[in-house]
Amino acid sequence: MRTPATLMTSSITARIVTLALLCLLAWLPALASAQDDDGRAVLEGLDSRSFADKAEAIEAIIQSEDERATDWLQALLDGNLQRLKEDGRLVIVVDNVGREWPVRDALTGDELGEVPRRDLDRITINNALRSQLRSALSMVELYVGDERSRLAAAEGVIGRVDDELAAALEARLEEEESDQVRHRLNQALAVHRLERGEAGAVETLYGSLNSNVRVALTRAAQSDDAQVADAARRALADIEQKLKLNRIAETLYFGLSMGSVLVLAAIGLAITFGVMGVINMAHGELIMLGAYTAWAMQQLLPGQPGLALLLAIPVGFLVSALAGIAIERGVIQFLKGRPLETLLATFGVSLILQQLVRTAISPLNRTVITPEWMSGSIAINDALSLTLNRLYVMGFALLVFAALMLVMRRTRLGLEVRAVTQNRAMARSMGIRATRVDILTFALGSGVAGLAGVALSQLTNVGPNLGQSYIIDSFMVVVFGGVGNLWGTLVAGMSLGVINQVLEPWAGAVLAKIMVLVFIILFIQKRPRGLFPQKGRAAEG
Amino acid sequence: MNASRRTKSFPLRSTAAALLSILALGASCQVLAQEEPIKVGILHSLSGTMAISESTLKDTVEMLIDQQNEQGGLLGRELEAVVVDPASDWPLFAERARELLEQEEVDVIFGNWTSVSRKSVLPVVEELNGLLFYPVQYEGEESSENVFYTGAAPNQQAIPAVNYLHDELGVERWVLAGTDYVYPRTTNRILETYLKEELGVAEADILINYTPFGHSDWQNIVSEIKRFGSEGKKTAVVSTINGDANVPFYRELGNQGVDAADIPVVAFSVGEQELSGIDTGPLVGHLAAWNYFMSVDTDANYDFIDAWIEHSGDEEAVTNDPMEAHYIGFNMWAEAVRKAGTTEVDAVKEAIIGVTVPNLSGGYAAMMPNHHITKPVMIGEIQDNGQFVVVWETPSTVAGDEWSDYLPGSRDLIADWRKPMACGNYNVREGRCMGSDAEAQAEEALAE
Repeated sequence: MRTPATLMTSSITARIVTLALLCLLAWLPALASAQDDDGRAVLEGLDSRSFADKAEAIEAIIQSEDERATDWLQALLDGNLQRLKEDGRLVIVVDNVGREWPVRDALTGDELGEVPRRDLDRITINNALRSQLRSALSMVELYVGDERSRLAAAEGVIGRVDDELAAALEARLEEEESDQVRHRLNQALAVHRLERGEAGAVETLYGSLNSNVRVALTRAAQSDDAQVADAARRALADIEQKLKLNRIAETLYFGLSMGSVLVLAAIGLAITFGVMGVINMAHGELIMLGAYTAWAMQQLLPGQPGLALLLAIPVGFLVSALAGIAIERGVIQFLKGRPLETLLATFGVSLILQQLVRTAISPLNRTVITPEWMSGSIAINDALSLTLNRLYVMGFALLVFAALMLVMRRTRLGLEVRAVTQNRAMARSMGIRATRVDILTFALGSGVAGLAGVALSQLTNVGPNLGQSYIIDSFMVVVFGGVGNLWGTLVAGMSLGVINQVLEPWAGAVLAKIMVLVFIILFIQKRPRGLFPQKGRAAEG
Repeated sequence: MNASRRTKSFPLRSTAAALLSILALGASCQVLAQEEPIKVGILHSLSGTMAISESTLKDTVEMLIDQQNEQGGLLGRELEAVVVDPASDWPLFAERARELLEQEEVDVIFGNWTSVSRKSVLPVVEELNGLLFYPVQYEGEESSENVFYTGAAPNQQAIPAVNYLHDELGVERWVLAGTDYVYPRTTNRILETYLKEELGVAEADILINYTPFGHSDWQNIVSEIKRFGSEGKKTAVVSTINGDANVPFYRELGNQGVDAADIPVVAFSVGEQELSGIDTGPLVGHLAAWNYFMSVDTDANYDFIDAWIEHSGDEEAVTNDPMEAHYIGFNMWAEAVRKAGTTEVDAVKEAIIGVTVPNLSGGYAAMMPNHHITKPVMIGEIQDNGQFVVVWETPSTVAGDEWSDYLPGSRDLIADWRKPMACGNYNVREGRCMGSDAEAQAEEALAE
């Protein structure tokens, strides 16, 4: 079955243009009362159970050229166009939070006060209607939107142009000022011309990575017209070449972003395990605490997810650092030099922390909102776009790493930590309070785990099990990189990320993970001290 | 004299009789009050990885028990919940089930989520002749005398969903993405056969992908799906990705701009509860196939939601499909107990077949002889408020098919627990009950 949207695009397009023009004239005083009956008739067409009927009703609304049409269509698209169960009146929901919603009349625009959710019936739409609405509204955008939405609209129209629309687009091209938008419109028109068998149209399509362009070219490459097929094939080969490069860049990006997550999760452990030599199985739970801090901050500052997230960075550090101090004072200090007992005891601590969160907060995952500036992606070109949240996490990982390097190399604490780990007895005789250094180092490592948690809250589930899924990976990275070496952790994390992402498309996620583990086992056999082994006497201690 | 005596003694005697009868009544009242409560076992994980899904089901059964007690209990007896915590540990499920049946002597158990935990409990409830109500959609290929499957079998979820995508959305290319364990593997095998044989889809148009439990880095897979879907044919993803892994998967979909209008994802394990952990703005239009949605517009459902919100004390609490399955299962069991007049397992087992109770979507669910129930199948689209809107629904309810028609080993099998057949795997072609080796054979055929 063809979807209603495809059936109707052609008949709609001409109307859309008029609708768009009408929007331009929206400042004209509305002759509301005269139009009311017509408006009511077309609008009530939407009040049907069948999606086919609704598709027709949407077309009728577009054709009605009513100045409230965009308002209605937008409300319908957003799911805010609803019906009062009591009298069947159509209303627009202004705010759909909670159980009572403020509404206004769809026809007159009068505020009707708050209505309980139970008494409202949403006019439902499905995917077919949604794309129908979007294409209608995006055509309006093409005329009245800002440059970004015009660009998006022009892009969306590629591959969907018919004769009627082609004429409208050509007219639009005359007035369009932005070069980028013009470029897209030209491509859209070229695809249309290619579909009609013009070999010359291929020129415009060279190097385009838009998938609809590629589909059109693939189809043209199989055409009977040798000239068209030939031109299309050459353009396709060029595009394939570009795509291959893109794919490599993309894999690299994926690898680095996965690597930076690994580095973030492992870097705290690189300090507690790598530098201090404490096997802390509760490291994952310290990450989890950081993530929960991000959630808690957002609960405290409703409506400002971005600010809350930024504040969660220092707070998360503190929370996890304090938890770390408690673990160090409460458990680890009594088990110095007994790694097996430390392992078991901290494993117990990790289970306690998990269950604590489960009982005190909830066993269910918590929603951490992604702020506007962190969602979506930046498009490098049509085939390659970098997801923003991962880009931020990558930058954050590098910042944390740099800060940590500074602390270890340039501060007194760093100096003392290095002294105590190299030779505890000697350091103490030089007047360094080893116990205090232990506490501070452990707090630092734990706090960094908290920072990782804040960052991970943007990528994965915030739930009691968050830590568990990172603890193995963290140990893997630290051991692979070489215990006691921060640079080793960075290189190891990044390279494991890239290796994993290169293997994944080829071997599948399950096998890729196994292969990485096998690789590390073999590597450790050959070089037991990891990538960057510590040299000298410190290595023996 | 005689007469006077008689007149004298008569009231005396009658008073005594009255007294006696009052005493007797009081005694019987006391007997009633002292009568043992009916014990309802709840076997859901309250800690460990599955607590996220299972703990709400424990609360649901407790709520149903409270409601039943408010209405005067069952057979004049109170209901009492016996809660144990199998802690997401599969072997522990078997131990806890044994504890419930042997020590606590419960009359019925409501429990389990994952298939592997059910498989672990199965021998125990069969050996000790217990009753287990299993509320989650599963891969089928099983029918036990002691288990009642109130969740969906593949023909009540997966097959109708694929039909919807094919018929209504015109999907021609398919990505079957799942977590690497028994439910997705079996379901995808059924779907693959179905797509190839019934819908004539070519091998090149099917992409199957498995990921480990709790997979969190979806970049590559989403990008592969995008590429797979940009070949000009309408593409859809059929997702059997389980539990927690869905959140990062959907996040990645949103961030990489995979729009539901281009590549819809239909999920079998994503309900209202899973969505409550994510911002659903970018996911509007992606689909899920279930037999119940919280947004279903019936009075029974609104009452259920109100009761649930009150019970959980959380204004934002959501309901989901397995909760409805427990609602149906609990009411069916109560009805069967009423019908049998006893909680004795064999009598209830016999009485429950054919029992019909209302579901929450305005229809009725009936217990079939194969211990599966009839359900409506609904396709819902995700909305920005974390709810679903039903966009398609089967015209009538569908009976659960325990042995799939699309797997070579199970094609000829049926289950019918009515006497005299009383068999969970009757081979129609050979005309005999396969007994315990049927499953092994089915698995063998599956492996081929």
